[in-house]
Amino acid sequence: MPIQLEIVTPEARIYSDEVDSVVLPGTEGEMGILPAHAPLVTTLKPGELRLMKSGKETSMAVGEGLVEVTGTTTRILTDMAIHADDIDEKAVDEALARAKSALETLKPGENDEEVAATMAAIQRATAQLHVKRRRRTI
Amino acid sequence: MPSTRDIRRRIKSIKNTAQITKAMQLVAAAKMKKAQDQAANGRSYAELMNKILVALKGSAEEGSHPYFAEGKGNRTLVLVITSDKGLCGALNTNLLRKLVNTDLGPEVDFVTIGRKGASSLARLKKSLKADFPIKDPAAYSMIRPVGQFLQDQFLTGEYRKVLVAFNNFINTVTLEPAIEQLLPVNPVTLGGKRDFEETHTEVDPASLPDYEFEPSANEVFAAVLPQYVNGTLYQMVLEGRASEHSSRMVAMKNATDNAKQIIKDLTLEYNKLRQAAITNELLEITTAKMALE
Repeated sequence: MPIQLEIVTPEARIYSDEVDSVVLPGTEGEMGILPAHAPLVTTLKPGELRLMKSGKETSMAVGEGLVEVTGTTTRILTDMAIHADDIDEKAVDEALARAKSALETLKPGENDEEVAATMAAIQRATAQLHVKRRRRTI
Repeated sequence: MPSTRDIRRRIKSIKNTAQITKAMQLVAAAKMKKAQDQAANGRSYAELMNKILVALKGSAEEGSHPYFAEGKGNRTLVLVITSDKGLCGALNTNLLRKLVNTDLGPEVDFVTIGRKGASSLARLKKSLKADFPIKDPAAYSMIRPVGQFLQDQFLTGEYRKVLVAFNNFINTVTLEPAIEQLLPVNPVTLGGKRDFEETHTEVDPASLPDYEFEPSANEVFAAVLPQYVNGTLYQMVLEGRASEHSSRMVAMKNATDNAKQIIKDLTLEYNKLRQAAITNELLEITTAKMALE
């Protein structure tokens, strides 16, 4: 019995297909979801999501979000979801460097909102890089 | 009396203008479609978000979260979403007029998206807190910092509430300036349909399974709310964008129609003038001939 996996962002439905299992980066640690899982709602932190479909593993980078699990479906609400193959490592590297240098020029306390936004950008970029690099070493 | 050459020149110049407004009309129509699609794409996100919120409402203690209580201060923070460019009819003027005519509170600070709103509010000597440039098409990653900023400002307690003023897109010819409350979140309507959404299915709490919440319902709730606020904000920005493009499309269509009417009038005048000139010439020739006989 497969699980219906759906990944949606505010911009689009990124993924919608039947999969055998999902491993996601929950705030409490990595979590594997198999069919007939008990109904669950939990939070997601930026990281790598792996899904198994007919013996093949696919990796995706996901941002902060929420997960809703029922016995037959897993729905993920996140602000970012990118297929590992679509990650442009160079662009992400540049974004990361840009965010880090921006963080240095920002003084904490003065521009808290910008600091927070930059930190979130760094987390997302790091998550993407992590997914990309890990896949290459295999 | 203008000469035929003057009229010809005017016709040519108006034809050029009509061509430009026609092109802008077509571009605006395409962009409007895109903005509408974008809003429609976000709908499944909003629906799932509402489902989780309804499930959470039954399990978490709503009162515990600061997003549900008005801030202690007496100031109001208003985010104004306008367009960056002009030539879009009375869109921005209508929104600003509604803003000026609405009682927002004793002391109001503004945050803007869009250059038109920022410059108008600056002219009116209002207190501007921040201005966020959002490109077109609007990406969610650009809205997040705006949401973060508004929420941080609200959490300082200085503001009683946070409002958003935007143009609500009803259909291509109907736009409505709207002022909605973003924070504090209304616990009664939370998870239900928001006023500016076109289609929506209400979630029945009884149809939901008995979820387990990890780490706890309250903590999940605390994590969901900022995302809910950001998602709502994003939908509002998309509404504003769709309104902008549809309003520009209509304005440009009117401009093209007017230009065509002027060309028609001028052509008529030109032909009359030309005919008069020919008649005149013929008259002269005949008179000259008769004088010779």
